[in-house]
Formats: sequence, C-alpha cells, structure tokens
Amino acid sequence: MTSPSQTAVTQTDPSGLGPEGLRKVKDRKGGELVGRSPGQLMWIRFKRDRTGVISGCVVLAFFLIGLLAPLISKLYGKDPYTRYGQITPGLLVNGYPAQPNGGISAEFWFGIEPTLGRDVFMQLVYGIRTTLYLSVAITLVSVLTAIVLGVAAGYFGGRVDYFIGRVIDLLMAFPNQLFFVAFVPVVGAIFVAPEDAMATWMRCLILILVLWFLGWMSLARLLRGTTLSLREREFIDAAKVSGASPARIIRRELLPNVMTPILVQTTYMLPSFVTSIAGLSFLGVGLVEPTPDWGRMFANAADYYRNDITYLFFPGIAMVLFIVVFNLLGDSVRDAFDPKRAR
Amino acid sequence: MLRFLFRRSLGAIVILLIISAFTFFLFFAAPRDPALLACGKNCTPDAIAVIHKNLGLDKPVPVQYWLFMSGIVTGRDFAVGHCPAPCFGYSFANNDPVWDTILDRFPTTVSLTIGAAAVFLTAGVGTGMIAAWKQGRLIDKIFSSSSLVLSSMQIYFVGPIVLALLVYNLGWFGQPKYVPITDDPVGWFLGLIIPWFVLSLIFTAQYTRMARSSMIEQLQEDHVRTARAKGMTSRTVFFRYAWRGSLIPIVTIFGIDLGSLFGGAMITEYTFALPGLGTLAVKSVQNTDLPMVMGVMLFAATFIILLNIVVDACYAFIDPRVRLS
Repeated sequence: MTSPSQTAVTQTDPSGLGPEGLRKVKDRKGGELVGRSPGQLMWIRFKRDRTGVISGCVVLAFFLIGLLAPLISKLYGKDPYTRYGQITPGLLVNGYPAQPNGGISAEFWFGIEPTLGRDVFMQLVYGIRTTLYLSVAITLVSVLTAIVLGVAAGYFGGRVDYFIGRVIDLLMAFPNQLFFVAFVPVVGAIFVAPEDAMATWMRCLILILVLWFLGWMSLARLLRGTTLSLREREFIDAAKVSGASPARIIRRELLPNVMTPILVQTTYMLPSFVTSIAGLSFLGVGLVEPTPDWGRMFANAADYYRNDITYLFFPGIAMVLFIVVFNLLGDSVRDAFDPKRAR
Repeated sequence: MLRFLFRRSLGAIVILLIISAFTFFLFFAAPRDPALLACGKNCTPDAIAVIHKNLGLDKPVPVQYWLFMSGIVTGRDFAVGHCPAPCFGYSFANNDPVWDTILDRFPTTVSLTIGAAAVFLTAGVGTGMIAAWKQGRLIDKIFSSSSLVLSSMQIYFVGPIVLALLVYNLGWFGQPKYVPITDDPVGWFLGLIIPWFVLSLIFTAQYTRMARSSMIEQLQEDHVRTARAKGMTSRTVFFRYAWRGSLIPIVTIFGIDLGSLFGGAMITEYTFALPGLGTLAVKSVQNTDLPMVMGVMLFAATFIILLNIVVDACYAFIDPRVRLS
C-alpha cells in the first residue's frame, strides 16, 4: 500500500527539481540507472556551490567553538570569569589596558576587558556559546510551533485555519522589540520573587519563552500557504482514497514536501534570533553578569569605546561574520533545493 | 475603499484591545507592587494605601483595566485632578501624564524615522534597481556583496565606531542630539545626521538586496517576456513593466519597517542617547512604570496596524488586479 504514495511524493516534489530530479543518473560501476532522492540531489548541488560550502564550514566552526568552549578554555589556559587585569598588576592602568590595541598580546589574544580585566577571547568564545545555545533552542521551538500550527491551519482549513490565522494576525501587530524589552522582566517577575536572585537557567528559559512567543508566525504563515496548495494535489487525494489517516497523510505525505521551506527559513531565522538576543542584552534586559554573553559585550563596549575601541571590534566583527555566512548559507541551501529560482 | 477602511479599522480596534488587555494583565500578574515605586524612600503602609487609592490600585484588576481603557476615550478624574482624554494615566515613576510625555518624545522619533526612511528608501531601491539592471556585471557584484555585509551589521556595533571616528577623533560633528526643527533647522539637521546615517546605512543595504531580488524575479515574469517579445526597448520594459511589479514586496516591508520605527527605534535611540519613544520605553520598563509602558505599547502598536492598513490600500494602486473588498 505504501509504494504508490511513496513514488508520488518523489515525483511530485514541489521543490522544483524538474527534469533533473526525475532524470536517472548513470551509476559509475555498472552503467546501471540509479534513482536519487531529492535530498541526495540537493546535497550534490550544494556541494558544487563553493560559496555555500565555505559558509557552511564557517557556520559549523562557530557552532564548534560554542560547543567546545570548555575545551578551548582548557587549551588556552584561561576562563571567562577571572579578572586577570585586577589580579596581575601592570596589565591595567587607570582601568584601561596598559599595552596598545586593548592589550592584545601573546598571552591575551584578543586583549583584556577594560576595568574588569577579563580575557576578551574567552568572553567571546563563551558568549558565542550562550547565545548560540539560546538561539538554537528558540529556533527549534519556533519551527516546531510553526509546523504544528501552520500545517494544521493549511490542512484542516475552515475554523481551525480562521482561528490560527487571526492569532497570527494579532501577534504580527505586536511591536516586537518593545514587547521583548517589556516582557522579559515581567515574565521574570512572575516566576521569581523580586527578592530572590534569578538562576541563569531561569533567565534563559524566560528569554526563550518571550522570543518564541513572537518568533514562529512568519514560518507558520508560509507553511499554511504551502500546505494549502499541496492539499489539492493528486498524491494527497491518492493517499486519502487509499484510506490513510490525517495523521499519516500529514506525517508521510505533507511534511516531506514542506521540508524545503522549513530548512530555508530556519537558516534565516537563527541569525535573526542571535541579533534579537544580542539587542536585548545591549538594552540591558538579557542575561546578566557574570554569565558570558555575546550581546552584553556590546553593552560593555558602549562604556569603553571612547578610550578603548578594540574591545568593540571582536564581538562586532564576529557577529557580522556570523550573520553574513549564515545568510550566504541560507541562499545556497535555497538554491540547492530550488535551482530554477534566480538569486 | 470606504468599506475596506471601515472593516480594517474595526479589526484594528479589536487587535489593540487584545494587546492592551494582554499587556495590562500580564503586568499585574507580576507580584510587584507599583505603589512601592511611586512611594519612593521612607515609605509607610499608610502612604502606600493612599497611593493605592489615588492610582485606583485598590480595585480589582479587571475594574482597573476598564477604568484605564475608558479613560482613553472619556478622560478620567484622579486625586491630583482631571486627566483629559486620551488619558493614559500618570507615570508611576514621576507622576507626569503619560500622553503628554509620549507627545513630547514623539517628534524625536518622527524626525529620526522620516530622515532615515527617506534616505534608505531612495538609496536602497535605487542601488537595488541598478544592480538588477546590470545583473552579473561588476557594479552588481560590488553592490550585492557590500549590501550583504552592510545588512549584517548591527547598530550597536556601527554606531559607536562612527561616533568614535566622526565625533571624538575627527571632531567633524557634535554629539548627536535632538533640537526641534522649529527652533533651529540647522541644529536639527546636524544633531540627527549621524543617527540617520547609521540607521539608514543598515536599512539601505537590506532594501538593496530586496529590491534587486524582487526586480530580477519580475524580469522573469511572463508579461515582461511578452513586452520584450513585442519589441519594446529594455528600458521601457524595465521601468514600466517590471518596476511596478517589483514594488509590492518593497512596499510591504517598508510599511512594516516604518510602522515599527515610528513606535521607537529602540536600539538606535539608545545608542545615540536620543530622547525618543524607544528610550522612553526602555526607561519605563526598567522602572516597571506600567502606565507609561502601556501607553508606549499601544502607541507603537497603533502605528504598526495603521501602516499595515495603508500598505494593503497601496496594493490596489500598484497592482490593478488587487481588489480591496
């Protein structure tokens, strides 16, 4: 019973594989024809795109830095908390690094932080770690919400669609930056009494919750549209006629076909969450000291830049690089799935 | 058109009501007494009770919400005196009337937004069109790659660099500040030129990317191919046929951007210490100043919704196929 619908999925793939997708490619060994799944074809196309591969590697490097931060710390021999500038005399003069360029030296690769005297390299590495952890978590929950609500709205239509559509409209009208800034402290106050110190994981959870709340709508709307058009296609009818349950149709027939927009949108969503988190920290409502945080480095830099601008460059350039490569990767992923679309 | 406006305005009011209720109740769900803030140091239980009574905090939360919302329409009487409509109450932090404070801060935000929007819309769409016109040529490559990098910049990164360079190092400009245009047009211009530049630098890059891709997409449409096939010059095709179609996504995004900028460009205002709605919002959040936060939130949401309606109405002018009703 499964085979007809399975082949239907491959053949009516909407990701625009076109003739290339259906063409049987010659196998090297026997001259025999082999079929390739859309995923394999996408991977083959992606590998040919040099910009995509390079940016993919840089993105991977960022994630590895985040993941392996403790290892880097061990190899480098410093941690992001110790105030080296304060315990070692001579490193800081009047609160600012004694050596030029923010105190960059063989020992402190990216220099030392003014006033507090912490190691900038370690702060950045651990800051990237916290920010990426948070962004990945927010992206995951947002994508899941978008899939559930978007596909449900598109597939079931009618009242469900109307209701979800109105919720999306409503949330879209929220001034989102203002909402984030206003509600991070409020949600915090609901969960934790004002006199208690808030645990770091709690703070992270609140950030995830608040950013997720306004983060899922655009993808959900997109998925609703895609599902709406897919619902009318023959292979869905075929599955329905063969007696498949809605759950099965959604899981086995619809979801594989909306993977493309999901993947492409995810690569655009993640960097935007990174900048949102950083923006919140910059405005002083994100994570607090001493948790290392990418965005808070900008807030600190705003205090130091008139006397020591070097401190600003490391988090700044790292963030520009991260966003650029992530956008390039997103474009490449989209091109790999959808080679017909112009860039 | 009238029916469209009427229907959309009703929808807008419903959305604003929900947003206000959401904000209001969530704020009161937080176990923090706003009276403590208004009371300041040397607070006695009696003083708190008086403040509770004056601010109407002794009533149940739904009643407070009702009083707050009806105050916007009809005005409200407080112990300190009458607050004319639209009354958003008084700040918990310094007892200023919320509506007056918003009106006081709004010109800064408007100046910042309009100046920057004029620059980034013209420059961004212009460069995007040039890039699409010369697609694949050197100038396109330069525009595309520089806009990719610039659009990935953040205001809290570029702002301090520009300030350090132009203000503190070279001394070409003074500290960014807001002077009302009616007082001193030159001072207004010079005070805002750096914020405009930084804000529009990033937005221009985003609009360049968007205009370019939207234009290229349009150039592959059937009606454009038909126009070419019947022998029109590329210039006519480009400016008369493709250009119009490529405007739709740009108008959409521009409406959204403008709407959110009018509600306060928080990070830009904060970076350059401009006294606009954005800094007001950040400050009131830090002070748990509920009436002020409610005021700014509703004000900002109104602009977003208003601009959305304007955008939808604009579609009908750009694309004759769109019918509003």
